[in-house]
Amino acid sequence: MKRNNLVCILFLIIFITAFIDSCQSEGQLNYARYYTNGKQLYDTHCQNCHNADGKGLQALIPPLTDTVFLRQNRSRLACIIKFGLNEKITIHGKEYDFQMAPNSQLADIDIAALVTYITNSFGNKQGLYDDASAAGDLEKCESE
Amino acid sequence: MFMKYCYPFAALFLLISACNSKDEKRLPILGNREAVQKTVNGKTVTDTVYQTIPSFSFVNQDSTIVTDKDFDGKIYAADFFFTSCPSICPVMQRNMLKVYEKFKNNPEVKIASHTIDYKHDTPSILKAYANKLGVEGNQWEFLRGSRDSVYTLAEKNYLVAVSEDKNSPGGYVHQGWFILVDKEKRLRGAYDGTQPDQVEKMMDDMDILLDEYKDEKK
Repeated sequence: MKRNNLVCILFLIIFITAFIDSCQSEGQLNYARYYTNGKQLYDTHCQNCHNADGKGLQALIPPLTDTVFLRQNRSRLACIIKFGLNEKITIHGKEYDFQMAPNSQLADIDIAALVTYITNSFGNKQGLYDDASAAGDLEKCESE
Repeated sequence: MFMKYCYPFAALFLLISACNSKDEKRLPILGNREAVQKTVNGKTVTDTVYQTIPSFSFVNQDSTIVTDKDFDGKIYAADFFFTSCPSICPVMQRNMLKVYEKFKNNPEVKIASHTIDYKHDTPSILKAYANKLGVEGNQWEFLRGSRDSVYTLAEKNYLVAVSEDKNSPGGYVHQGWFILVDKEKRLRGAYDGTQPDQVEKMMDDMDILLDEYKDEKK
């Protein structure tokens, strides 16, 4: 009878840890979903200019490796992807003024995936940026 | 008895033929060709005439007129692009930059990038683009011409399709070929400028082509 109790407790422990584990990984899973989708979208829409390693092209196209710029402009990134950019920006202390083309065909969730991928690659580590954040940020620049 | 010697002979034969083909490595001549009958010393001779790049005159990034004469005695790689191109051009120019770095200051090699956006890409814009790409001097020419002259040259002579299309991103569509032209202005290779391995092959082929002229000098 004592042995049966021990087995029961052991099962309970395994069950609880498995449950907690799966709870934690729900968030992880969501992040992974955004990140992998983001990578595919990056290859299709961004890689031509910004390169697979995010280093851009000479003084023409800025790299995506300036972690400070990407953090400070986090709420603008969705707008830049969707509507392009036509202003002078400073990346790693260098000025870039080459016009970026808009990607107006992309859905909010795709833009969110792209932002998640970019802000967690090339030396960046900002975590998940979901479609609700994208919708909120896009609303701000669309009303401008 | 025969079988006994057959294999060593076969091996020797293969070895010799392998040696020969290495020595005579030449690039094919591409494009249309026609047989022309000529009279040389009273005899009728048939000669093959290959497709060549005709004479042209464009303006480069320094607002200087550049003609086919500036490419005399040089092999060159040509492509078609436009500076505001959001699709394949950055990849192409990133790859062409490798070609530029490899053959930098080689007096026998030039690069010609023709803009197909004749409205927007003025010499000053081409100059700014070249500078930002890290290109100096005029070994790499960024050339601007009228719509018809550039589009005709692209499609009839370099065999690269280009066109205006308001629905495509940037307003123009074009193929990403790099065309290798020899000193006789014949087409010697076409490579997908968006694929790094194809561009590697072009650089190897440019070495082979330069060697052809070295052999002729001997």
